[in-house]
Amino acid sequence: MKHTVVAWMEDRPGVLSRVSNLFRRRGFNIESLAVGPSETSGISRMTFVVDGDERMVDQAVKQLEKQIDVTRVEDVTDQPVVVRELALIRVRTDTQTRTEIMQIVDVYRAQIVDIALDSLIIQVVGAEERINSLIDLLDHYGIREMVRTGRVAITRGRATLESAQHNGNGNGRKMGI
Amino acid sequence: MEKTGAQIVWETILREGVDTVFGYPGGATLPIYDAMPAYPIRHVLVRHEQAAVHMAEGWARATGKVGVALATSGPGATNLVTGLANAMMDSIPIVAITGQVATHLLGGDAFQETDVTGITLPITKYNYLITDIADLGEALVEAFYIARSGRPGPVLVDICKDVQNSKIDWEYSAELTRPGLVKVLREQPDAVVAAATLINQAQRPLIIAGHGVQMGEAQAELMELAERAEIPVVTTLLGIGVITENHRLALGMGGMHGEAATNHAVQECDVLIAVGMRFDDRITGRLDQFAPKAKVIHFELDPSEVGKNVKPAVTVLGDCKHTLGQLLPNIEPKQHQQWLTTIHEWQDTTGKVDIANQEVDELIPPFVMRQLWYATQGNCTVVTDVGQHQMWEAQYFTHLRPGQLITSGGLGTMGFGVPAAVGAKIGRPDQLVWVMVGDGGFQQTMQELGTIIQENVGVKIGIINNGFLGMVRQWQQFFYEKRYAGTPMISPDYMKLADAYGIPALRVTKNDEVFSAMQQANAHDGPFLIEFRVMEEVNVYPMVAPGAAVGDMIRRPGPAIVQGYSGVQPSW
Ligand SMILES: Cc1ncc(C[n+]2csc(CCOP(=O)(O)OP(=O)(O)O)c2C)c(N)n1
Repeated sequence: MKHTVVAWMEDRPGVLSRVSNLFRRRGFNIESLAVGPSETSGISRMTFVVDGDERMVDQAVKQLEKQIDVTRVEDVTDQPVVVRELALIRVRTDTQTRTEIMQIVDVYRAQIVDIALDSLIIQVVGAEERINSLIDLLDHYGIREMVRTGRVAITRGRATLESAQHNGNGNGRKMGI
Repeated sequence: MEKTGAQIVWETILREGVDTVFGYPGGATLPIYDAMPAYPIRHVLVRHEQAAVHMAEGWARATGKVGVALATSGPGATNLVTGLANAMMDSIPIVAITGQVATHLLGGDAFQETDVTGITLPITKYNYLITDIADLGEALVEAFYIARSGRPGPVLVDICKDVQNSKIDWEYSAELTRPGLVKVLREQPDAVVAAATLINQAQRPLIIAGHGVQMGEAQAELMELAERAEIPVVTTLLGIGVITENHRLALGMGGMHGEAATNHAVQECDVLIAVGMRFDDRITGRLDQFAPKAKVIHFELDPSEVGKNVKPAVTVLGDCKHTLGQLLPNIEPKQHQQWLTTIHEWQDTTGKVDIANQEVDELIPPFVMRQLWYATQGNCTVVTDVGQHQMWEAQYFTHLRPGQLITSGGLGTMGFGVPAAVGAKIGRPDQLVWVMVGDGGFQQTMQELGTIIQENVGVKIGIINNGFLGMVRQWQQFFYEKRYAGTPMISPDYMKLADAYGIPALRVTKNDEVFSAMQQANAHDGPFLIEFRVMEEVNVYPMVAPGAAVGDMIRRPGPAIVQGYSGVQPSW
């Protein structure tokens, strides 16, 4: 089963290689990984999607939590979350297909961000399934290039994942690393 | 006050309670070495950097402090790798300090530049590359904290040469600021009560105690639990000594070379209380057939160890001294006479067959291990290397105290023994320290005889010379029809070798010479070497074949062959 896990970590040199190394050496199958700044300066936020059984996901979370650079980890799979991904897709066009494609783009509430004589660049933001289905459609016209950001996620409603609950500040018994 | 990077290194080491470092200099650590004589530090000059880490490990295990190893950039640093991996596997607190090329040369493949933080990333608990003097002091303090806190382990600090020379206004401060240095435990509510309920209801309870009990100094709590509810105790290799091995509830080491009765107990128990251990495959054998009748309770400090190999019914997270302390008031006093009688019956037919009791004329290693106990009355620290002799030591020496045995468990590092013993002896100067090492393992780090004489380390070395890489030969005998490829091994003349270093030495070839040779070594003030020329093809029994269930053991085919050992409860 696919799990969406959010991790906060100090923005330091080597953090990414540490995290990717722990996935690599245990053979965890990471489907996507997106990282960028969080609301707290010096703390990056990573969202990753891991496909595996309970035990594997549990290990991935615990191994992450153990990292000194990592301040917090949350498996949000079973929580109400807003999940988004962005894709940029360059699709082949000619005079006949251009309008058709533009209609599809409209239906998907995507955007055209660049036009050339023989192609268009489409930007789409949404949940993974929506992007996948758009890609399926566009495939008929010929996708020449594509880039996806990977999933990012944030919980809905009350601010349960706020940064005040990073290690050392949250509830529960604390322990040295 | 204004300090150089090199001064910050030494001052922090001293302030962290360490006065002995094990090292080897080079171009990239010259500033650190140049500053050293101004500080009350004992620097032990090793002959190879691998030994610097092993010595620091032995020293750390002997003193309970953080061991420090020091090496130069490039080859100096890469030589640390085996030691760091060993410390990582066995949770030994180590701070390794390496020199690195100057910051402006980084990434340019300068002379002796190696990506040491990259190489050691998976084999250290954490590591640092210091390119700015402003970060140095805090990194070093953190390094010591990380090495010793929680589940200990090795930390490496790689310091660019120009940083060692540059100056900054600095005062030592133990304050830690980074948020990731403290973790919040995700606790199961009422775990302690749930654990107590299972234990109170158990008919055939069993404890497996590991290294964590020793590191958490929880022997008293463990024994209280064992005695109050009359629960027999099995240990892992690194857990040896957390229960006095002549205690009536002690079942000795379990697992691949655990006594058959002990492994039967694991397979038959109904509640298994695992404390400070991580279900290594050497203790569990085939996982899906491990302790099939048991509900498992796991007392563990490192959350990532929980459920990694064995899924517990109840998990109690945290320092086991604390959690066992919480458990105890909930434990009802109880007796398990029936269960103990069953185990004793097994012992009568297993321990005495596999590990006991018949005289042979040739000198065999188990006899040597037994004699070591008699010659020291158990009053010594024993360090072992890796191989058959390591298992025989575990089986035939009766360990009385936690920390009495220092050995390489998780990584099984040949070459660990001699340097670790040097570190242990330096850490416990008033104690007798013996290292038992195979002819193979001795030849992996025997260059450290030089360190022993330069530093006058009074360690007693027993080489078990069987002319083979014995443990591998045993596997070849069992699983490859005795095709001894690459395992027969020639040794130098150890008497001449010892003589070349000025170390007194004896060669022992007969049973009746063993004891007096050991006494002679014990009486000598300083290092001493004994070569035991033992029978070649002796096997360690019993043995759980790799991949087999732990109850499924290869047993000794004929009668067992050691005098003076009568099964689990020795008769002295
Ligand atoms: C560095 C290293 N290389 C190889 C091995 C594999 N190995 C495990 S035991 C062993 C044989 C050890 O032989 P020896 O030191 O003579 O001890 P014995 O088993 O004969 O007691 C070997 C080669 C190892 N554990 N460590």
